[in-house]
Amino acid sequence: MTTTTHDPAGTGTTAGGLVVTNLGVVLTGREAVDVVDDIDLVLRPGEVVGLVGESGSGKTTVGTSLLGYARAGALISSGRVLIEDRDVLTLTPQQVRKIRGEEIAYVPQDPASALNPSIRIGKQIVELLTLRGIGTAESRLKGAREGLAEVGLPNDDEFLRRYAHQLSGGQVQRVALAMAFLPKPKVLVLDEPTTGLDVTTQAMVLDTMGKLCRSHGVSALYVTHDLAVIANIADRVAVMYAGQIVELGERDAIFAQPAHPYTRALLDSIPHLSQARALSGIPGRTPAPGSRPVGCRFHDRCEFAVEKCSAGVPQLRAVAPGHDVRCIRVGEIGRWDISRGTVPDADPDRPREIIVSIEGLNVFYGRKQVVYDVSFDLAKAEVVALVGESGSGKTTISRCVGGLHKDWSGTVAFDGAPLAKGARGRSSADRKRIQYIFQNPYLSLNPRLTVEQIVKRPMELFGIASGKAATDRVVDLLDQVALGPAMLGYQANRLSGGERQRVAIARALAAEPDVLVCDEITSALDVSVQGSIVSLLEGLRKDRGISMLFVTHNLALVRSIAARVEILQAGRVVESGSVVDVMDAPQEEYTRDLLANSPRID
Amino acid sequence: MSTTTPPTTPSTLRRALRQRRFTVGLAITLVVVVFAVVAPFLAPFGENEVAGPPFSKEGLLGTDYLGQDVLTRLMYGGEAILLISVLGTLLGMVLGILIGVVAAYAGGWWDEIIMRLNDVTLAFPQILLALVVLTAVEQPTAWIIVVLVGVSHAPRVARVSRGVALGIVSRDFVVAAEALGERRSRVILAEVLPNMTTPLLAEAGLRLTYSIGLVAALGFLGFSTDPGAANWGQMINENRLALSTQGWAVLAPVLVIAIFTVGTNLMADGIAQLAQRGGDR
Repeated sequence: MTTTTHDPAGTGTTAGGLVVTNLGVVLTGREAVDVVDDIDLVLRPGEVVGLVGESGSGKTTVGTSLLGYARAGALISSGRVLIEDRDVLTLTPQQVRKIRGEEIAYVPQDPASALNPSIRIGKQIVELLTLRGIGTAESRLKGAREGLAEVGLPNDDEFLRRYAHQLSGGQVQRVALAMAFLPKPKVLVLDEPTTGLDVTTQAMVLDTMGKLCRSHGVSALYVTHDLAVIANIADRVAVMYAGQIVELGERDAIFAQPAHPYTRALLDSIPHLSQARALSGIPGRTPAPGSRPVGCRFHDRCEFAVEKCSAGVPQLRAVAPGHDVRCIRVGEIGRWDISRGTVPDADPDRPREIIVSIEGLNVFYGRKQVVYDVSFDLAKAEVVALVGESGSGKTTISRCVGGLHKDWSGTVAFDGAPLAKGARGRSSADRKRIQYIFQNPYLSLNPRLTVEQIVKRPMELFGIASGKAATDRVVDLLDQVALGPAMLGYQANRLSGGERQRVAIARALAAEPDVLVCDEITSALDVSVQGSIVSLLEGLRKDRGISMLFVTHNLALVRSIAARVEILQAGRVVESGSVVDVMDAPQEEYTRDLLANSPRID
Repeated sequence: MSTTTPPTTPSTLRRALRQRRFTVGLAITLVVVVFAVVAPFLAPFGENEVAGPPFSKEGLLGTDYLGQDVLTRLMYGGEAILLISVLGTLLGMVLGILIGVVAAYAGGWWDEIIMRLNDVTLAFPQILLALVVLTAVEQPTAWIIVVLVGVSHAPRVARVSRGVALGIVSRDFVVAAEALGERRSRVILAEVLPNMTTPLLAEAGLRLTYSIGLVAALGFLGFSTDPGAANWGQMINENRLALSTQGWAVLAPVLVIAIFTVGTNLMADGIAQLAQRGGDR
């Protein structure tokens, strides 16, 4: 079985599994614009193939194409999707409907919206079996119980009587998995099923999925943007960029000897748990369908590009058995070394000059207490990470420090003097010196204002500059966050997520702050953008001595950016100390669990 | 790539003009407005000039109960109605938006108090509020009617604008402005209001339609600024006795009012569709 050639005769001969040849999807609105093209992929029985790519790469489009589905405005224009010698794309709608679910199952990103909120879980599963005509009326309930047991959920009557909203996120995702597996499909398409889950839950769901695929001989296509997850569960990996597979191979080959410049750049931009790394981003942005460059689609962002790269679209070529790369210079660009980006961990013994100190912080939402007696401090030119799962109170603490939440007791001292609770109660100088950056750059910038107006405002407000001088400073700041002066007149809603977050950072810097409070500022962004934002923050810390309170759920990221870390659980600090100590020699059970469950690449 | 995209989003007006529903509505509205403004100069008779016997077929649309030319009366009768409606709508929108946005932005108890008081005024039918005041004054001036129309619209506009504002005041960019210590008035004017324009424009179009109906209804009930002057609403009342014999005297003003409301309503609808399609894009 070969995955490299376009030999149509060789592709129909597989037993089980699924074969995709020359798949292409176009947008129908304007004249045919390719969303994805030239996709060749084989899913062997019992194999998990990871399909990884950044937003706009077309990975979800490929995933749904396997079910013969293209979203509104798109059309599957070419290729074949063979499941046991039948082409899904040429079947009648009735046949496709039968195949979906029974032979090819789909697990969506947000299972909560896939379950009916007004039908009890047990009834929903039985309904599915009835619809598919599986079992008899009596055996279906038993089947539902077995399905739930397989995914490690309770299957007593009490659980079957619950509604979807009475389950946790991980439970809902496992119910969706159980429902996908019950009709005994041959192929499973999973579209980022663990995005938005905590690491512990994610580890559990991934584990369940992997076991079921192997024991049932189901082939799975796992669509995700998260390389670390792929490294943990996939047997083979396909890397997508701008609608094409640029590299395809065994997992170990992809992570140890990535051959395509894009794969290498991606790997350079992700943080590792075991060692601090100087993360780098990929310059430019992912081209949208219709504006993709001619020739190799990555050539305009590629550090190895030469003239002939823009001449023609390169074909997938085998560099080793089972390892294909779409790059004409693959033999010339040398080997890749993972340790290139490795940097020493932050020095735990560095002298500290405290700028913010938090003593006995208790935070309330109405009558409910969410943070209990939290104390820690932040030194000048230091990054302290607040880490925890959802509901641990990490964002709440950061909002108190930033003056966005007023309902708290305890002391937050800034330069030795206690801060007022809300931002309006603080002096203008305090407000200026502590700046808050929000998680979601799509919500934190006023879509009606231009970039210039947004970045200029703090300067006018704090009397730093005005008029022409302020405009010049805006240009300076935009330059520092790697945005050109052409952006000045742009409205925020014309920018990409990464650009927006840079503007948000520029706005924070415009106030010339001493402390930046960063609330999950990279979680809504692609990894390559995260890499460039992190390197930008690191530069600011070094050059300007800005201290940062960095809220995140990503432990690997902590290793690369922070000097100290506070591990939070249910509103309490369970472990704190320098990043090296906590991550290399965790003392608490909870920290060890978090570390063990975090997907790791090394 | 980024350099080829236009630097700013097209304004609501420009996007609306690409919509057939809106452009048709706008065309109809403009035709009626131009008719109301320009027609008095082209009228064949004077506003109160007797053109023939009452309810006769003389002239294009015949004569009314005093023998005045109906076409002439129709040409004169729009200006006051339109002006009062537009001003009343403007006043109602400004008052309503102010109440709604302040309530949404203040939140908590303020929101409760403002909106419950608002609900009390909502309990009165719009026309009733106007009638109560108008029966108390001897001769209503245009300004009284404008204020009455505006005030009776305000609580309705307030409900809508509060709903829209609630979705915006909780967004992070408003919180960011708070954290910078912006003045509250500036947060409302610079951060919240600009993001409400599209739904509020749709509401304004709808309110204008109601205003016309209200002003015409007041005219019909005899509450107009000058009993002798032509007024579409009043014309319907004056001539209703002859509906079967000289129907145009009633139907002509009815038709103009109907056409105009259809026009403004289409405009409002078009803008509302834009708002639904994702206001930010």
